[in-house]
Amino acid sequence: MTKIAFVRKKEIPPSPPPITEVGLIGWLRQNLFSSWLNSILTVLSVYFIVIMLWDFIPWAYGGHWNTKSLRECLDLDPDVACFSVLAARWKQLLFGLYPAEEYWRPTLTFIFLLLAIVPILFPKFFRFFWFSIIYPGLAVWLLWGGSVWSISIVYIGLTLGVLFFLTLIRRYLKNYMIAAILAFLFTAVFFLFISNWLVGLLNAILPINLPFVESLKMGGFTLSLIVGVTGIVASFPIGILLALGRQSNLPVIKMICVGFIEFIRGVPLITLLFVASVLLNYFLPPGTNFDIVLRVVIMVTLFSAAYMAEVIRGGLAGLPLGQHEASASLGLTYWQSQRLIIMPQALKISIPGIVNTFIGLFKDTTLVSIISLRDPVGLASTIRADQKWNGIYWELYVAIGLMFFIFCWGMSQYSQYLERKLKTDK
Amino acid sequence: MCIGKFYVHTEVSKLKIKVKEGKNMKKLFFGVLTALALAAGGTFAGTLDDVKARGNLLCGVSTGAPGFATVDDSGKDVGFDVDYCRALAAAIFGDPMAVKFVGLTSAVRFTALAAGEVDILARNTTWTYSRDTDLKQTFLGVNYYDGQGFMVKKELGVKSTTELDGATVCIQVGTTTELNLADYFKENGMSYEPVPTADNAESQQQYLAGACDTYTTDASALHGTRVNLENPDDHLVLPEIISKEPLGPLVRHGDDNWADIGRWVLNALVIAEEKGITKANIDSWKDTKDAEIHRLLGTGDDDILAMVGLPKNAMYNAIKAGGNYGEIFENNLGATSGINIERGVNASWTKGGILYSPPFR
Repeated sequence: MTKIAFVRKKEIPPSPPPITEVGLIGWLRQNLFSSWLNSILTVLSVYFIVIMLWDFIPWAYGGHWNTKSLRECLDLDPDVACFSVLAARWKQLLFGLYPAEEYWRPTLTFIFLLLAIVPILFPKFFRFFWFSIIYPGLAVWLLWGGSVWSISIVYIGLTLGVLFFLTLIRRYLKNYMIAAILAFLFTAVFFLFISNWLVGLLNAILPINLPFVESLKMGGFTLSLIVGVTGIVASFPIGILLALGRQSNLPVIKMICVGFIEFIRGVPLITLLFVASVLLNYFLPPGTNFDIVLRVVIMVTLFSAAYMAEVIRGGLAGLPLGQHEASASLGLTYWQSQRLIIMPQALKISIPGIVNTFIGLFKDTTLVSIISLRDPVGLASTIRADQKWNGIYWELYVAIGLMFFIFCWGMSQYSQYLERKLKTDK
Repeated sequence: MCIGKFYVHTEVSKLKIKVKEGKNMKKLFFGVLTALALAAGGTFAGTLDDVKARGNLLCGVSTGAPGFATVDDSGKDVGFDVDYCRALAAAIFGDPMAVKFVGLTSAVRFTALAAGEVDILARNTTWTYSRDTDLKQTFLGVNYYDGQGFMVKKELGVKSTTELDGATVCIQVGTTTELNLADYFKENGMSYEPVPTADNAESQQQYLAGACDTYTTDASALHGTRVNLENPDDHLVLPEIISKEPLGPLVRHGDDNWADIGRWVLNALVIAEEKGITKANIDSWKDTKDAEIHRLLGTGDDDILAMVGLPKNAMYNAIKAGGNYGEIFENNLGATSGINIERGVNASWTKGGILYSPPFR
């Protein structure tokens, strides 16, 4: 009686999952056809995508690139795109009316911009942060030209001021407040009385000059980037200060911050731009030449700083009160606790909102076309006013839209990378 | 300067009284604005001197109006208004390139002029009563008689605007053309359905897509647009012009000498065409018996241009810059330009048009 019970020595290999759950079919079922509503939506979407591409691809793919005018395009084949306008005008769309022999300057400025933001975006390159510091001055000099010393002097003056402050603190004074005031006075004296003389001297010893290019000539994506990047970079710290000021216990500071934020948010950007372009001229003494690009940059910065402040305040409000109390109980001062405990967490929470504001600001730069600056959208109408290209429409806007998409999508991708990297709660 | 300061003082003292009386803050604000505007206005006494000191003319032109002002593929400013400013610069400096063009949108053009950002505005601007008086500007004359027209597809079979009853019309919102359209249809007892658009380019797209039977804007723009349609012969610009749009250069109130200079450069270009003086033959008039030509070109004995502070050969330089009125028209709006606008009323009075300059003496 040999009853040998079956004993399995090995585990049964798992059978493959049903074909409807894996691979392409599984993916489709899970993502596109998971319910009858989703199936209908999928079919409809595919239908619309196909009919759009059905028209767009032959139109774009067969487009003319080498004709001399829209008329020629139409005579060749009126049903395809006339990208010749881009071939003829791409330099203007990128550089505006910047003198052609100086195109290397905005190009170099842009390359340096990419280099300068790397240390800010990626901490492992932080040792190159000094380049990000000198970049603003370098960019201004490259774009507008003139003597290198008249811009360097700003750096020289500020460095001297900081050195003066540090020396005072280390050697002579214990009181930060008095040292700061003295350092401020020192810097003011330097800029009021010494800087002009020093610039003259340096120019005489070692003249390094670039031909001057006026703001009237700035345009195209160069202008969008000047306004957008400066606005973004400058509005961030101002926004942080405003957000902190709004939560301050000091009534005067709080009132100023609330007043500023609510005033700016209550006014459309285009109104501020009109103030910058039109009204300021009435208030300033006649003959003052207050650069139009600078005026616009200031307005755009103030505008987005107000929004930034509210985004960051949202992040601050999202922190539990315990964090403030914990940092206070450790004996940290206000600024120490902001720097070490509060801000890192609050900013992390606010990343989507911050990038949202940045992207919005960058796209809002197209509004400057209404006050006569030649940004890409403004240039589109200038180009159409040339009889050779009168009547061209989609080609220009497709190209401009594509350029804006690249920049905005890049910002969005970076913010997602940053969120993943800073994710500590999982 | 002195005039400016004087105005500020009087305004401020008035303001103090107002505040004492307990009037509201709004008045104070606008009072300050007026005071500042007057202060600014007071310093514009010698535009010609300012321009000479600066070394170039600041000319406000359109950021983009076909035929009138734009930049070409190489970034050079070109256009009918541009050529007028080049002539003016040539008259002052002897150099048609001594001018900086400031592109201005219609939203900011008048304030830019009033604030002194430009010395002269040559921006296809219609001369109207309120712009002349209320906005405190001086129009120097008319350099182009425009008017509002209509474009239709030929297949519609319409030959005249009087047959447009019940039509859908693409119209740019917020322009004088919109008001003219309403007036015209009302006057003629016709009805229409407006299709609002933002600008000429959008009107054109809507019209081509069949959203409207006809589209209306200034006739010069219609001609420019039609030439570049897929089949220009399928479209027709109707012969009727329903509004008067006399376009011309303008300056601020308060500097008559400067206005005279701008006005007479424009007149000189018109006279030159009338007399047959062209860019090419301008040097061959030395022996003419016509005394007016001698005065104009500065080849005679009397130097009448000194009266406005210009050199004796100023008008010679102005005409030499881009040719006479007819040549400038031809290059920017006529057959050479590809826009193919007929001279029509913009011909000299000797050729059936209404361009008529006062005599140069």
